[in-house]
Amino acid sequence: MDKATLIDLAYLVAAVLFILGLKGLTHPRTAVRGNLLGATGMLVAILATLVNQQIMGYWLIVIGVIIGTAIGAVLAIKIAMTDMPQLVALFNGFGGGASVLVAGAELIRLQPAEIDGVVVAVPIESSVAVAIVASGLIGAVTFWGSLVAFAKLQELQAFRKPFEYPYLKLINAALAVVVLSLAVLGAVFPQYLTVYFLLVLFASVLGLTLVNPIGGADMPVVIALLNSYSGLAACATGFVLSNTVLIVAGSLVGASGVILTSIMCKAMNRSLQHVLFGVLQPGEDTASADEVYGGRVKSTSAEEVAMLFETAQRVVIVPGYGMAVAQAQHAVRDLANLLEDRGTEVEFAIHPVAGRMPGHMNVLLAEAEVPYDQLKEMDEINPTMSQTDVVLVIGANDVVNPEARENPKSPIAGMPIIDVDKARTVVVIKRSLSPGFAGIPNPLFALDNTLMLFGDGKKAILDLIAALKE
Amino acid sequence: MGIELLLFAEETVATAPSGGASLILLMTVFVLAIFVGVEIITKIPPTLHTPLMSGSNAISGISLVGAILATGSGGYLGATLGLFAVIMATINVVGGFLVTNRMLEMFRKKKK
Repeated sequence: MDKATLIDLAYLVAAVLFILGLKGLTHPRTAVRGNLLGATGMLVAILATLVNQQIMGYWLIVIGVIIGTAIGAVLAIKIAMTDMPQLVALFNGFGGGASVLVAGAELIRLQPAEIDGVVVAVPIESSVAVAIVASGLIGAVTFWGSLVAFAKLQELQAFRKPFEYPYLKLINAALAVVVLSLAVLGAVFPQYLTVYFLLVLFASVLGLTLVNPIGGADMPVVIALLNSYSGLAACATGFVLSNTVLIVAGSLVGASGVILTSIMCKAMNRSLQHVLFGVLQPGEDTASADEVYGGRVKSTSAEEVAMLFETAQRVVIVPGYGMAVAQAQHAVRDLANLLEDRGTEVEFAIHPVAGRMPGHMNVLLAEAEVPYDQLKEMDEINPTMSQTDVVLVIGANDVVNPEARENPKSPIAGMPIIDVDKARTVVVIKRSLSPGFAGIPNPLFALDNTLMLFGDGKKAILDLIAALKE
Repeated sequence: MGIELLLFAEETVATAPSGGASLILLMTVFVLAIFVGVEIITKIPPTLHTPLMSGSNAISGISLVGAILATGSGGYLGATLGLFAVIMATINVVGGFLVTNRMLEMFRKKKK
C-alpha cells in the first residue's frame, strides 16, 4: 500500500470517530467518552496529514500549533460557565477564519508560476474554483459575524446597541449583490487573486452588517446558524483540497447547526428570515404596561414565600437568562436541595430558548451539580403544571408570558411557553416590571395567583434560604 | 524545459492530498455525511445542546488539516496565510474539545 492510500485510510478512521463521537453525545452518561472519541479522530487526521510529503514548513506548523494550543487551552480552562455563549461564538469565528486563509493559500499556490523564465499556468478546475470562493465567502461571513456576536454577548460597551445607520436593509442587499457577483467572477476567473481578496473583504463587511442588528433573545439562533456556517466553510475547503475528512466533518457540523437553528426558531415561533431581518415590535394591539399591571401586581417578601414553600408538595423552578446574569445557579441549587430535604418534590422547567445559546440553562445547572434528570423540557413539564403548588420563575419573562397562548395579535403569539400561570401559586423573582426582549408587558405578573419578589436574583434566593431555615 | 513544465503540472494536479478523488465521489460523501449527521443530531437531548455546539465546533476545526497542507504552498504569502490558519484552527480544536470536556464532566457528576 502506498502512502496516499494509508493517509486516506487514516482519514476514514477519523471520520468514523467523529460520527461515533457525536453519537456518544446522545446521552449524558456516554457524552464524555464521545467527546474523547471526537478528539481522537482529530488527532488521527492531523497525524495522517503531517505524514504527507508535500508539507514543507514543519517549523511553521509547530509554531502555529503551540500558539494556538496555548490560546485555546487558556480560554477553555479560564472561561466561566455563564460566559459559554461568547466563547462558542469566538471559536466558531476562528474556524471560519481558518477556512478563508486555507482557500486563499491554495489559490495562491495554483497561480501561474515562473520556471526558468517561462510562465507556467496550470488551469484551475472549475469545481475547485467554486469551492475556493465558497470557502472565502462563508468563512469570512462566519469570522466577522462571530466576532460581532462575541462582542454583543460579552456586552462590550461599543456593541451594547446595534450601530444605527439609514437604509440598513438596502445596504445589506447591495452588499449581498456585490458579494455574489464577486463570487461568480472569482469562480469564472480564478487566476485573478484580486477578485478573491475583494470577495473576502466585502463578505467580511456583510458578516458585520448582518449580525449587527440582532441581539438579546435572538442570539441562540445566530450562534447556531454561525455554527452551521463554520461547518459548511470547512466542507467547502474539503472540496478545494479534495479531502474527504474535511467534507465529512464539515457536513456533520453543518447539519448540527441547521438542526439547532430550526429548533430555536420553532421554540420562538418565528421564521429564520424574521429573526435575521425582521424587527420584533410591540404591535398596536398590545396593551400598555399601565393597562396590564394597573394596581393588580402584588409584591411579596422572602418570609412570605418561605411560608408557601413550607406547605408545598411540588415546586417547579423556571430559570431564564436573568439567572445567568445574577450568577444565581449555585444559590438556586442550594434552595432546591433544602426543599428536597424537607420532602418537597423539586423540578426544573427549561424552555428551549432560555438563555443566550441552546442548552445554556442546562450547562449552568449542571455546573451547580443539579442532576440532569431533574431538568425537564417544556413539553414534558407543561401537563403537570396544574398539579404544582409553587412555581418559582427566576429571570425569565417572555417564555412564561401567557399572551403567547391567549392573544393572537401579540408579537409573540403562538410561541410555545411554559404554562406557569396554571400552577396554584407563581412567584416571580425579578428586579422590576420592565419588559423582556419582546418589549411587551407580561399579564402573568398581574394574575391573582402571582406574587412578585422584587430584587436581585441571587440575593432573593439567599434570603429565601435564610427564611426557610428559620 | 518541457520536462520541467510537465513536472510542474503533474505536481500541481497530484497535490490534491487524497489522490484527487473525483467531484462526484466527493459529492456522494458530502450528501451521505449530511444524512448521517441529521440522523444522529436529532437524537441528542436538549440538555446537551451547548456541549453539542462546542463539540461540533471543535470538529469544524478540521480545517486544521487544510491549514497544515497550506503552510507548504505558495511562497511567503501562502506560508503566512497558512501559519495564521494553523493558529486559528488549533485554537478552535484544542479550545473546543477542552471546554466541551469540562462541561460534560459536570453533567456526569452526580449528587452525593
